[in-house]
Amino acid sequence: MTSASSIKDRTGDWIALLGNPNSGKTALFNLLTGLNQKVSNYPGITVERKMGRAVLSDQCQVEVLDLPGTYSLAPESFDERIVSEEILSWLHGPSPPRVIVSVVDASNLERNLYLTSQLLDLNIPVVVALTMMDLVKQNDHTIPPEKLCEELGAAEVLHMSARENWGVKELKEAIARVINEPVNGKPDLPFALSGPVRSSLVHLMEFFKKEFGYGSRLSWAQALRIITRDSVLDGFLQAQLDGQKPGDEQIRDLQKLRDASISELKSQGHNPKTLEAHLRYRWLDGVLNRSGKPKKQTVDRSTTSEKADQILTHPFLGPVIFIGLLTLMFQSIFTWATAPMDWITQGFAILGEWVLVSLPAGMLRDLTVEGIIGGVGAILIFLPQIMILVFFMTLLEDSGYMARVAFMLDRLMTKMGLHGRSVLPMMTGYACAIPGVMAARTIDSWKERLVTILVLPLMSCSARLPVYALMIGTFIPRKKVLGLFDAQGLTLVMMYLLGTVTALVLSKVFSHFIHQKGQSSFIMEMPPYRLPLARSVLRQVSLRSKLFVINAGKIIMAISIVLWFLASYPKLEKTNEDINPIHHSYAGKIGHAIEPFIKPLGFDWKMGIGLITSFAAREVMVSTLATIYNVEAGGKDIVHLKEALLKDKNPQTGMLLYSPLVALSLMVFFVYAAQCMATFAIVRNETNSWKWPFVMIVYMTALAYISSLCVYQGGRLLGFG
Amino acid sequence: MTIASLEAGEIATVEGYLNEQASQSRLVEMGLLPGTPVRMIKKIPLNGPVEIKVRNFYLSLRRKDARNILIKK
Repeated sequence: MTSASSIKDRTGDWIALLGNPNSGKTALFNLLTGLNQKVSNYPGITVERKMGRAVLSDQCQVEVLDLPGTYSLAPESFDERIVSEEILSWLHGPSPPRVIVSVVDASNLERNLYLTSQLLDLNIPVVVALTMMDLVKQNDHTIPPEKLCEELGAAEVLHMSARENWGVKELKEAIARVINEPVNGKPDLPFALSGPVRSSLVHLMEFFKKEFGYGSRLSWAQALRIITRDSVLDGFLQAQLDGQKPGDEQIRDLQKLRDASISELKSQGHNPKTLEAHLRYRWLDGVLNRSGKPKKQTVDRSTTSEKADQILTHPFLGPVIFIGLLTLMFQSIFTWATAPMDWITQGFAILGEWVLVSLPAGMLRDLTVEGIIGGVGAILIFLPQIMILVFFMTLLEDSGYMARVAFMLDRLMTKMGLHGRSVLPMMTGYACAIPGVMAARTIDSWKERLVTILVLPLMSCSARLPVYALMIGTFIPRKKVLGLFDAQGLTLVMMYLLGTVTALVLSKVFSHFIHQKGQSSFIMEMPPYRLPLARSVLRQVSLRSKLFVINAGKIIMAISIVLWFLASYPKLEKTNEDINPIHHSYAGKIGHAIEPFIKPLGFDWKMGIGLITSFAAREVMVSTLATIYNVEAGGKDIVHLKEALLKDKNPQTGMLLYSPLVALSLMVFFVYAAQCMATFAIVRNETNSWKWPFVMIVYMTALAYISSLCVYQGGRLLGFG
Repeated sequence: MTIASLEAGEIATVEGYLNEQASQSRLVEMGLLPGTPVRMIKKIPLNGPVEIKVRNFYLSLRRKDARNILIKK
């Protein structure tokens, strides 16, 4: 549990942002703090707590907390639980926020204000920020903020647009005002409870008042909420686990009182599950009427997004368009990246030459040319491809299209033991499994969330891309297939498809062995389509590129250096003409030792070393091969890795060492193999057990070995390679 | 009649819920209360989820949850 832990170290004034999913909390957080957290157009992008610092005025600085979105303080999924547990920790802990900023999507007032009405009960001043006013102004139905503020009983209500960047200054001033002179809400619930309902809940209410010291309004609100579902009660249990109130005795009492209230309400003909929502919506309808919201119905009006969806989520055209977009994306990775990749290759070649000329011959020069420039350069070539991948993924999310994909695929996904909401995490897995595993928090059912996590590393991440790209670029000819597709791009699509299809099939298998806990539903808002903001897309692309380059700079450089030593030492006293000294180096010995195990897959000792080093990060395979070939060549020139692979011969037989079949076998191995230790650490965190990472490592390793074996041996039987 | 029996484009008013399902709490919190008008937007074939418009936003829900929401036209 990461949620409520860092409460204690929070000092000074701080404020919290709360709101519905996709209401623009994180966009506002970025504007307030100047930070660069990911913003998109999909309900549930933020799945964890984030802190930043905002300067409200010359005298006033505050910490700002951004939280996942939620529709209610009664949670349904893990990301929503983070919010409700956080709020319990404010109520039971020493330092609640000075102000809650309730972020409200102004184009959906009723549903958004539902959460606001719950926040108003917490006895913490609430500033309501009506965001997305740019959308509302187009449809022109604005209501005066002063009136709404008075009717709600909030501290302040303000209009703003994070997208058009206006209203932020006023919001900062309002927050500073409220911090200096707190405006407390009304002491009682704004809506009346009928006599019988009151008497059914009064014991619960008194419990909260007496045992937890809540005020009257909050006690009634908690009483109303705890009867809606078990997850609210579970929140109190979790708070106990985190070392806060309540104690064992109190939990037992709470459970007893809750059961009594529920059965009493049921006997009166009330539905405890929906009572709170009925009361709040009835009150909100009144609030909005009195604030001057036009009373006309809007369900019959169709928006531009709805019209676009007649084609984009059409039963037949929709899936065709989706597959078309994916194919375009993977094809472009090859076709668009060719030129920039050549520039980078040439750049490193020039750098290598320059070092060769300017440094005196010796160990330092060899290390720089063979180890660092050879190894790191071989990886950085793939930066353009990763940028293109992230660019497309960001467009799909920011436009609002991903929510539609989840909608179209929910049926297929549930058939496979997954969930419509598994689509985004799995597509994120094409970039990196780690944010994908975290994004699975929005799946409300534990079983489907777990299955999503288990198969997610089979989605080919961008760290595999350099390996695929090297093998495809070297061994697959550039020619047109069926007059339309490029053979290289198509092979890449096949690799992604192999991983994806296997993930779906295995989901089905896993879901037979994992038991369902709780319910599963797909209640998801379809956000309006929006033109992706250039700054948001560029931010994502540069963020991913930076991670990739930093990785290349740190991990890959370190491994390249270590590997260079292992491959260069011990130096032989007398060089045998026939055998390259690298065979007798430490790396050579290690590689030759494992060669018997991987020979049936078509791999030689060089690839064997790569398989070991790629445990640090998959792309290290490429830099490893580059370093080895550079050492083997003896540092006279920078080795062109593709040419080296094509020309490499078996020293005994004199036959070419690698073939398209070996390349295919290696790629299939990389589709399946469990290589990224960081992923398993995250899975341990998200599932709270080592069992699941262990299961993943076992099944993935077995799958990788057996599939590669079948590809290579089968291919040989058929006469390839 | 339930929401699932609406054809695309048809408008109806929510009357209540057929029986108590776990999804009910969230649906009412999102504003699907008795008296609320809804319009059917789309039904994904082969018993897939449906998309409806309610209170100025578009919402998708599974067929089994749609079958649990009673309506009158």
